[in-house]
Amino acid sequence: MDYKPVRTFNELAIKSLDDFVYGVAPNPVKAKNGMVIGGGTVYPEVNMTLPPMKIDESTISEVYRQYSEMIEGILKRAKELYAPGIIVEVELLPETTMKPEWGFEIVKILLDKMREYQDKYGLKSLLRCTPNDVREMIRPPFMRRGEMLESMIATFEKCAEYGADILSIESTGGKELHDEALVNCDIRKAIFALGVLGVRDMRFLWSKIVEIAQKTGSIAGGDTACGFANTALALAEQGMIPRVFAAVDRVAVVPRSLTAFEMGATGPDKDCGYEGPYMKAIAGVPISMEGKTAACAHLSAMGNIAACVCDMWSNESVQNIKLLSAPAPVAYTEQLIYDCRLMNEAAADGREYALKMRDWLARSDAKLDPQAYVLRPDIVLEISKELVKEKDPFIATKKAAALAVDVIKRGMEKGEVMVLPREKRWLDIISSQIEKIPDDEEKFWHELQKELDLTKWRPEEYDLEVTAAK
Amino acid sequence: MATLEELAQAVVDGDETQVVELTKSLLGSGVNPQDIINKGLMAGIEKVGELFQKNEMFVPEVLMSAEALKAGMELVLKETQQGVEVTSKGTVVMGTVEGDLHDIGKNLVCMMLESNGFKVYDLGVDVKPEKFVEAAKQYNADIVGMSALLTTTMVNMKSTIDALAAAGMRDKVKVIVGGAPITQKFADEIGADGYAPDAAGAVDLCRRLAG
Repeated sequence: MDYKPVRTFNELAIKSLDDFVYGVAPNPVKAKNGMVIGGGTVYPEVNMTLPPMKIDESTISEVYRQYSEMIEGILKRAKELYAPGIIVEVELLPETTMKPEWGFEIVKILLDKMREYQDKYGLKSLLRCTPNDVREMIRPPFMRRGEMLESMIATFEKCAEYGADILSIESTGGKELHDEALVNCDIRKAIFALGVLGVRDMRFLWSKIVEIAQKTGSIAGGDTACGFANTALALAEQGMIPRVFAAVDRVAVVPRSLTAFEMGATGPDKDCGYEGPYMKAIAGVPISMEGKTAACAHLSAMGNIAACVCDMWSNESVQNIKLLSAPAPVAYTEQLIYDCRLMNEAAADGREYALKMRDWLARSDAKLDPQAYVLRPDIVLEISKELVKEKDPFIATKKAAALAVDVIKRGMEKGEVMVLPREKRWLDIISSQIEKIPDDEEKFWHELQKELDLTKWRPEEYDLEVTAAK
Repeated sequence: MATLEELAQAVVDGDETQVVELTKSLLGSGVNPQDIINKGLMAGIEKVGELFQKNEMFVPEVLMSAEALKAGMELVLKETQQGVEVTSKGTVVMGTVEGDLHDIGKNLVCMMLESNGFKVYDLGVDVKPEKFVEAAKQYNADIVGMSALLTTTMVNMKSTIDALAAAGMRDKVKVIVGGAPITQKFADEIGADGYAPDAAGAVDLCRRLAG
């Protein structure tokens, strides 16, 4: 079955650099409780997870207690600090997705408390529910059938029916191949994994998520390239792969992540998608971003620049452990609220001040790392403008990677971005790899399948037929 | 005439064509095949290990070196037919623990161990304790390695260590652990023999434990 996009983006939603700023999106999203994302205010989005503990029948009541404790602390702190509203994200774990009734119970605990705070104290909040993409629990994964998919969809449905406001996922279609591409720094395979496998899987998956959202009144948020470009980010930070490769991969994920919006998602896009600014530029959707406040989860070279055009500001995820002040999710709520306050206060004085703040955030990071450089608002607009000219996601992915290389090379020449000496040759290696990719997707698949380990993934799950003899 | 130092450097450079040419030349000149392996090919890969450890080489570069080494080895073994010893540095059984499906870090460790002369059996993801035990027995492992990325699955490492003990295997294998939420303290608490924060550290740790 062909899962066709319900809309395409032929031109930029944001046409001027002066309109590309935090807090304001061309297509704001209004929630049932009246909160508007992308309508002028940056909201904190806090995400929390469990401390080290096993999840099974014997511990599930403790799991519920942990979530209950976390949400109480978060909402209390948000109330004490006069937050204009707050978004709570629950990223369900494999166990609490594979057993939809557990995931549902957690969502119920969170939502009930959030409703209580709204009724008692007027604190508005939204819950983003992100089930785990458990399809990859089985290797090679079944992407379009089987028990794992059924559990995941059931979790979405149950949580949405109870009132989860925003639905999101970190989908993994194509990751089977992309992981291998990353450790080998093979941009050809990465482009295939993203522009063909990732896009096809997201079309399938997001047609279902959007349907659930429409049926239940939830908001179809967005997907992220967490399993892709964030893995590249993590490997680059450990010195395993060049940062320039991670930067190119970040831009190459854009057509894949955009698929959610082509299938009908409306945003807010999910926090760990550092490619979010491209989504906002192209689709005009509000985005959640994470940066320095996600230091609890991972290192990144984009701590400030990530905030430039955000509409929600997140901490990625923090485990429920006690710090000197309070449990970590509470402490991170406080940090997010203060960051948002500052951004909102600057914007309240007029657009010019918001733009000044945006530019400070950008300038403080952009020159120090190519991964930050490709998130500079003017660079985002420049690349996005070229990407919307391409109708085919595979060609767009190839083009995105090539544009990223060109932009980084130009930035180096102009002294705008620092690239480590031993990384420079990798830009040429990546360029020559891209040049070898044919424009014909079928031809590329035919060429590539001889090099791939087809025991690690199932081409038929992506509507691909194996045609080449090894 | 080609030298063993040039061969070692070609391995470091990951230049497979050069490695094959130099190996052929050295064999043709009557250099002892055991020396070609130990002082040329293996010396090169040892250097690669050092550079990787110091963060001076990227993984794809190490993998290219490993491919070049393999090409050279195959040539020596083919030309000499027999009488050349290639010793493994040790056997490692590796897997992502039960309930966890994050495996790129574990895969990376497997690749780096293989590149550095270890025999590795990768059990994949969501590996139950009994599967670790069974594989450790079957492959006569020197080391069992476990990886976890979630705070809710790291606890399963202890179950595997307990299962190894229950099977009477604990004193026969060393256990190493790693993954984002893992610390040396946690490794000590669950009775693991070692912890490494990254792939380079894991190679070094395995060298020490298997040595």
